[in-house]
Amino acid sequence: MAAETLARADERIKSETLATKLMKRPELGAIGGVVLVTIFFMITADSTMFTLSGVMNFMTPAAQLGILGIAAALLMIGGEFDLSIGSMVAFAGMVFGVFVVNVGMPLVIAIPLTLAIAAALGATNGMVVLRTGLPSFIVTLAGLFILRGAALVGLKMFTGGSTQLRGIREAVEGDFLAPIFSGDAFGFVMRWLAEAGIVDSFKSGVPKVPGVPVEILWFVAFAAIATYVLLRTPIGNWIFATGGDALAAKNSGVPVRRVKISLFMLTAMAAALVAIITVIDAGSTDARRGFMKEFEAIIAAVIGGCLLTGGYGSAIGAFFGAIIFGMVTIGLTYTKFDQDWFQVFLGAMLLLAVIFNNVIRRRVTGER
Amino acid sequence: MSTPIIHMENIKKHYGNVIALNGVTFDVRAGECHCLLGDNGAGKSTFIKTMSGVHKPTEGSITFEGKPLSFGSPRDAMEAGIATVFQDLAMIPLMSVTRNFFMGREPTKGKGLFKRFDLDTANDITMAEMRKMGINLRGPDQAVGTLSGGERQTVAIARAVYFGAKVLILDEPTSALGVRQTANVLATINRVRSQGVGVVFISHNVRHAMAVGDRFTVLNRGQTLGTATRGEIDAAQLQDLMAGGQEMAELEGSLGGTI
Repeated sequence: MAAETLARADERIKSETLATKLMKRPELGAIGGVVLVTIFFMITADSTMFTLSGVMNFMTPAAQLGILGIAAALLMIGGEFDLSIGSMVAFAGMVFGVFVVNVGMPLVIAIPLTLAIAAALGATNGMVVLRTGLPSFIVTLAGLFILRGAALVGLKMFTGGSTQLRGIREAVEGDFLAPIFSGDAFGFVMRWLAEAGIVDSFKSGVPKVPGVPVEILWFVAFAAIATYVLLRTPIGNWIFATGGDALAAKNSGVPVRRVKISLFMLTAMAAALVAIITVIDAGSTDARRGFMKEFEAIIAAVIGGCLLTGGYGSAIGAFFGAIIFGMVTIGLTYTKFDQDWFQVFLGAMLLLAVIFNNVIRRRVTGER
Repeated sequence: MSTPIIHMENIKKHYGNVIALNGVTFDVRAGECHCLLGDNGAGKSTFIKTMSGVHKPTEGSITFEGKPLSFGSPRDAMEAGIATVFQDLAMIPLMSVTRNFFMGREPTKGKGLFKRFDLDTANDITMAEMRKMGINLRGPDQAVGTLSGGERQTVAIARAVYFGAKVLILDEPTSALGVRQTANVLATINRVRSQGVGVVFISHNVRHAMAVGDRFTVLNRGQTLGTATRGEIDAAQLQDLMAGGQEMAELEGSLGGTI
């Protein structure tokens, strides 16, 4: 009898088409969005947008947001929010600036220390959320104001009244770690490609795109690692389980507290990484750095298929969500449209994504 | 018959001045289904939690495989081989059957930094274990949310058995199920029992208990009213014991014996 049931497929289940299978992937919406946005700009924007330098142009802000977005996505899958990451960018930028300029630390000490401070603050967020049982939305909203304020006060304290700390580029000049966190990578490839005539170059023979901005590499690497961890490691399974139902996960032996606190630490460190990269790039830091980034990161995660209720989503989705973001912010400058349509677009995109995700979730769980 | 896997003698549990359990004696042998019956508030939940290591008893002794034992945490109990399937099942609807099956106990392959979740093995095991329980999954990546209540219950039971449960505590596994699904779950219990697992079946439904039980213990107001083996007792007597005798008889009379 057992063999019989084994062999017989359930007659009530229709075989799935490829389309339905694809529909079940959380990142589908974001990939579709990238395609649509690309088509839109192909039609409306100046053709320079999709040259190599144009692509680098919109990928750079996409990467800066994406590093935050992927971390936010992991945290959302784990069932929590962090609204303090935007302010964390400002705060970590301030801390890093002070370390490098005022204290004169080399990067090899300043960067780990900045990341460690961010991680400690992230852990504090997590601890408060777990101890009090309050929604992380509220706890980190407090963090949003506290860190923004602290960044402002700190900057004034260390600069003697200014809200901007300058001189960072000079301070890190020549540091052996600087090329990993700033500027362009793969310059030699670009020069080689320019010589071969594959990429555009100036008359002098210098390629128009000097290299790949490092944040793009960080962004791609982070997306790849996050996706791997999420889908192919026990830790990934714990993250889904924790966000899906923390109690059920705990009863099954998942270290829920450790997972959540680690995720809060990760988002905070991602914010610090973005701070370090952008601060070195700009050569200065100010209190407005990372303003509103917490919401943009969450929107990127939601466009990427994360459910607001946790337990479902993808890192690669957030990757594409951030690219959509970058394309629209920068892309509008290539068109005749008013750039401020950006905000309208943002809101519309978020609403669409949330509605779309809800439909997808019903399909996945078979809810009727 | 064989010696019990777990024996709980005169267990008492007090919460402040509330006496939740006042002398419960209960044991389970390998390959039997011991039903614990009791009405709401009889102390069933407290007792299960004591057995599965969530609470420590205020008084009384627990003997596990012949040795005195005191569980410090649910984890200890789980490792010793006592698995509990609570009513909420500890299942996550959005996750696939495989991911649920191995939640917290993922098989890995590779070393060091490349240690990863061995999904292929996990998928194969899940499909095989579910087939043994008579459930054909669409695929191992099917989300648990798409399964029926009875199927979910079966996944939870299969998971417990796969991870080496010697004693399987089922907390009202049939309470929220339809007729057909109930039959499936009861069949699953029967299958598990025949593999030599001791099943503790908690219920307030006498008919379901009678269908699979080898022995029956009734819990009332925090005390056990004795244990009967199959054939010694009939459904009506169990029902009366659960309700504390008298009132039930009267009630039943007025309802025409339909409960």
